[in-house]
Amino acid sequence: MHAFKYHRPSSVNDAAALAKGEAKLLAGGQTLVQTMKLRLASPSDIIDLGTIKDLAGIKSDGKTVTIGAMTRHADVAHSADVKKAIPALAALAGMIGDRQVRTMGTLGGSLANNDPAADYPAAVLALNATITTNKGKHEADKFFKGMFETALKPGEIITSIAFPVPKRAAYTKFKNPASRFAMVGVFVADFGTGGKDAVRVAVTGAGPVVFRQAEMEKALAAKFAPESVANIKVKQDGLNTDLHASAEYRAHLVTVMAKRAVEAALK
Amino acid sequence: MNAPLIGARIERKEDYRFLTGAGQYTDDVELPRQSYAAFVRSPHAHAVIKKISIEKAKASSGVLAIYTGEDFAAAKLGGLPCGWLITDVNGQPMKEPPHPCLAQGKVRYVGDHVAIVVAETSEQARDAAELVAVDYEVLPAVVDGSKARAKGAPQLHDIAPDNTCYVWAIGDKAACDAAFAKAAHVTKLDFINNRLIPNAIEPRSANGSYSRADDSYTLYVASQNPHVERLLMTAFVMGLPEHKVRVVSRDVGGGFGSKIYLYAEDVAVTWASKQVNRPVKWTSDRSEAFLSDAHGRDHHTVAELALDKDGKFLAMRVKTTANVGAYLSTFASCVPTILYATLLAGQYKTPVIHCEVTAVFTNTTPVDAYRGAGRPEATYVVERLVETAARELKLDPAEIRRRNFITEFPYQTPVALLYDIGDYNATMDAAQKLADVAGFSKRKEESAKKGKLRGLGYAAYIEACGIAPSAVAGALGARAGLFEAGEVRVHPTGSVTVFTGSHSHGQGHETTFAQVVADRLGMPIENVDIVHGDTSKILFGMGTYGSRSIAVGGTAIVKALDKVIAKGKKIAAHLMEAAETDVEYDRGVYTVKGTDKKKMFGEVAFAAYVPHNYPHDKLEPGLNENAFYDPLNFTFPAGTYVCEVEVDPETGVVKIEKFTAVDDFGKIINPMIVEGQVHGGLTQGIGQALTEGCQYDATGQLLTGSFMDYSIPRATDVPFYQVDTRETPCTHNPLGVKGCGEAGAIGAPAALMNAITDALGVKDMPMPATPQTVWQTLKNKKAA
Amino acid sequence: MAVKVSLKVNGKSISAEVEERTLLVTLIRENLRLTGTHVGCDTAQCGACTVSMNGKAVKSCSMLAMQAEGADVMTIEGVAKPDGTLHPMQAAFKEHHGLQCGFCTPGMVMNAIDFAKSHANPSEQEIREALEGNLCRCTGYHNIVKAIGAGAKAMAAGK
Repeated sequence: MHAFKYHRPSSVNDAAALAKGEAKLLAGGQTLVQTMKLRLASPSDIIDLGTIKDLAGIKSDGKTVTIGAMTRHADVAHSADVKKAIPALAALAGMIGDRQVRTMGTLGGSLANNDPAADYPAAVLALNATITTNKGKHEADKFFKGMFETALKPGEIITSIAFPVPKRAAYTKFKNPASRFAMVGVFVADFGTGGKDAVRVAVTGAGPVVFRQAEMEKALAAKFAPESVANIKVKQDGLNTDLHASAEYRAHLVTVMAKRAVEAALK
Repeated sequence: MNAPLIGARIERKEDYRFLTGAGQYTDDVELPRQSYAAFVRSPHAHAVIKKISIEKAKASSGVLAIYTGEDFAAAKLGGLPCGWLITDVNGQPMKEPPHPCLAQGKVRYVGDHVAIVVAETSEQARDAAELVAVDYEVLPAVVDGSKARAKGAPQLHDIAPDNTCYVWAIGDKAACDAAFAKAAHVTKLDFINNRLIPNAIEPRSANGSYSRADDSYTLYVASQNPHVERLLMTAFVMGLPEHKVRVVSRDVGGGFGSKIYLYAEDVAVTWASKQVNRPVKWTSDRSEAFLSDAHGRDHHTVAELALDKDGKFLAMRVKTTANVGAYLSTFASCVPTILYATLLAGQYKTPVIHCEVTAVFTNTTPVDAYRGAGRPEATYVVERLVETAARELKLDPAEIRRRNFITEFPYQTPVALLYDIGDYNATMDAAQKLADVAGFSKRKEESAKKGKLRGLGYAAYIEACGIAPSAVAGALGARAGLFEAGEVRVHPTGSVTVFTGSHSHGQGHETTFAQVVADRLGMPIENVDIVHGDTSKILFGMGTYGSRSIAVGGTAIVKALDKVIAKGKKIAAHLMEAAETDVEYDRGVYTVKGTDKKKMFGEVAFAAYVPHNYPHDKLEPGLNENAFYDPLNFTFPAGTYVCEVEVDPETGVVKIEKFTAVDDFGKIINPMIVEGQVHGGLTQGIGQALTEGCQYDATGQLLTGSFMDYSIPRATDVPFYQVDTRETPCTHNPLGVKGCGEAGAIGAPAALMNAITDALGVKDMPMPATPQTVWQTLKNKKAA
Repeated sequence: MAVKVSLKVNGKSISAEVEERTLLVTLIRENLRLTGTHVGCDTAQCGACTVSMNGKAVKSCSMLAMQAEGADVMTIEGVAKPDGTLHPMQAAFKEHHGLQCGFCTPGMVMNAIDFAKSHANPSEQEIREALEGNLCRCTGYHNIVKAIGAGAKAMAAGK
């Protein structure tokens, strides 16, 4: 690890003031610390968000579940409120990394990093969540810009995420055999409202950035059943090819995972 | 008298320290004034080093010294030697290109060593290593062993034209070809035995120090064989007398072969410690381990089996290209030859076998022995061929094996080995029963109802353990003896310390060996301690690999024990005023035939150290004996594995539903430990077949360079195993033991791939059978 | 630059001057010389470095020492009773031969103890999933899974 200067701000404003130039925000650190250890990232400054009060916590009012940016994956996975309102979100949190990583890793960190194979972006996008920062709000559809790229501006810090409660939802994940990140993960959410955006299908791991699958959404809006998506052939253009999965295989898995997610949502 | 200890499931003596964090692994050793090393490694697979600039790095904070290949050459440090000379088909010695510790003029694989940086802290050493500027002229690389001899392929070493280390053969080619010509059926397979990266969870570590006071060196190192490490380093590389070098390897966190070898880092830190006059410590991080620990396997093989119309094997013909990587690692040359082709008879009476092996250099990490070493590759050849032949001839795969099993012993194979004993039907019977093979078709139907594909596969493996005897090994090219040493030191009040040249890096010798000793001496196991891993304490040792510890190291201890007991008999005879010939010994008690006179072993030991009443005219005081044991033959563990899988055709995911292993390891000392060895071996074998595939790109960059891309099995990848044993005691060692460390890794890949190909209904598919590969195989099948 | 970090380790308050880039595992191994916590990888996969922080299992190689400021950390050295008696989970690993080379063992035990707190009678599948972040190259997990099952029951019985 290269040397850096460490900061422990006590407020989001103080943190934002420090977040300049080559400085990096440290949330749970489960990605950042690894990257620094491997000397692949060399921030000048590390701004530890770990001691800022009020960045962690879960609130649920029946319509919306609001989760603080520094809430750990394990806390989301085990939250009675989340399990009750959006069990698929709790389940997804319980599938991230491993149990030790989930103890440290945070929702805000995951979203700000926007790893193309991360799990949370699929939930945020499929549930049409709103991302609140120290500077304003972001709609999910406009937040994930590209590989490791988000709508966040320098000095902008995620404070919380509000997830609308769907009628039913599920997330299925096909794990990369080595890293256990999502090789393909599909989050299906049915808001039961009919019309546009009644059903949202978000795919992670398959492309350079999480994306919605419009054809599936349309088919599921018409009829929320596994057979609605089972025969949809996903185009492999633009999907990732790597050691573990070709674009063709990933495209195939998107359909299989979507079908299984719908099955799970109906259970 | 205590209950017998041989065959008892005794909890391990070593566990308390490991469970409480008190283990002493090499990286746990901290020496006064210790400094830290980092290595500058080649980022290119093949390049000429035009210039190395160290000025900037030298000025970096905390740096004590930086050495490059030029410094090593000036110091006249030799290269890393290869311990086995293979003679090729033309009677010529294999090509042994220089293997410098730090590159001389050229780098030949990504991770090759360019410079060592020594600094006050580990991070400072790494900071400075980044500042060493190396000007490379990048050359084209060859990565794939099958392409290494192609016309125009980049050449690695001047002395090895066509990148060829040797072309070697065994068996009667003319007789083999004749048998094929008249065969009713020929089964042929063309496959790759995938390259593996060992990944013991403890990364390698070395901590060298030098004492000006007595001009001596001490190297703490994670090694499976400290004496061999010392021998190679002193005699071949550093030109030092052995008594001036102490090698210590206490607790080692797994080896699997990868810690047998003398590595450049070990030499470099030892040499550097004298230059900087401080201890120099280096611990590999995992990324370095992927690049610099010797890899395993990497064969491309075309194999054929000739059969008559009844499925009787007539002949086997095998042609293998073995990729040995950029340089010859310590035992690289014997793995794809002596440890491979000699095993091609398997458990069968195949009368004629011919095998030709071409070893080639490529711009990849050196390849050497990895758990099983040659024998998994051989078993894969034999057992994939046999299973495929059964399918082609529409014979039951167990039946075709039974028709060809060797049933009479001793049995001389056509590929040099002499099997002393075995009962292959016994392990097959037991495995079939335990695996409930009879119920398979019903389970297959049930899977089909769920849209899943179920398959079953066998592997009836054999292995040769405890490479021996030295004279034979020497005739085959070994440049070292293959014996083992043991010493039994009885203390005055009767407790015992045993020094063994074997090395435990997880095998549990502190318990197993103590069971043997305590049983023979009739004392509680707590009274026996086993010491290993320190050249200053142990008289000599060849170390642990090839499942040799109990068969060779254990026997050496027994031989020393025999001497202790024999001396004790003389002392006892004196104490009991009886003729020595009248004294009998049984597990700790000396008695006089036909009388009620007896002396306990402890009393005899006491008399030896407090020799007031002692036969001084015939004996020296004390009770301390050692023995060297050079076995008469290999041992031949064998067994049958049955694997049952369920494949999800939609995703390509393979689930191992049942894995049954019935092994014949001869006599078993501690069944609990043996089962653990089998579980671990099976899992590594499953890893090869299911998850682990080392991959390079065409330029020689390692694509699977971390656990993010290289997948060793996790707990969710494997089932509970069903294991059992059958016993035909080895005929040529006193314990009747054969060895059990590698069996699982040897038999599992073939069993698993036989099961998967059965499930998919295909003749063959590549390892590892990752979800994508399985899915693609099914897709190709549908398209065909 | 050196910074000060203060925390509790195995019940004892400690303070150390460390470089800012110091990992928690480095603090534990090198500054405190508690070498039972191991480092087996550099990508947060092997779990050999697992320690308990404020009662929960974390990977000490994936944290800066500074992130543990004020925390209550327990390492494998703090698990057995002061008189040396093994914790029920340690005893279960011994009884079931859940370790071979011992290198992954401290991490396994630390994770297992945390897991067992919320799983008094875990299923095989639950245990295997709980080991997602712990690699073992020796045992094939068979006996580790058995040991954790038995250890969890023993812990529950001892409450």
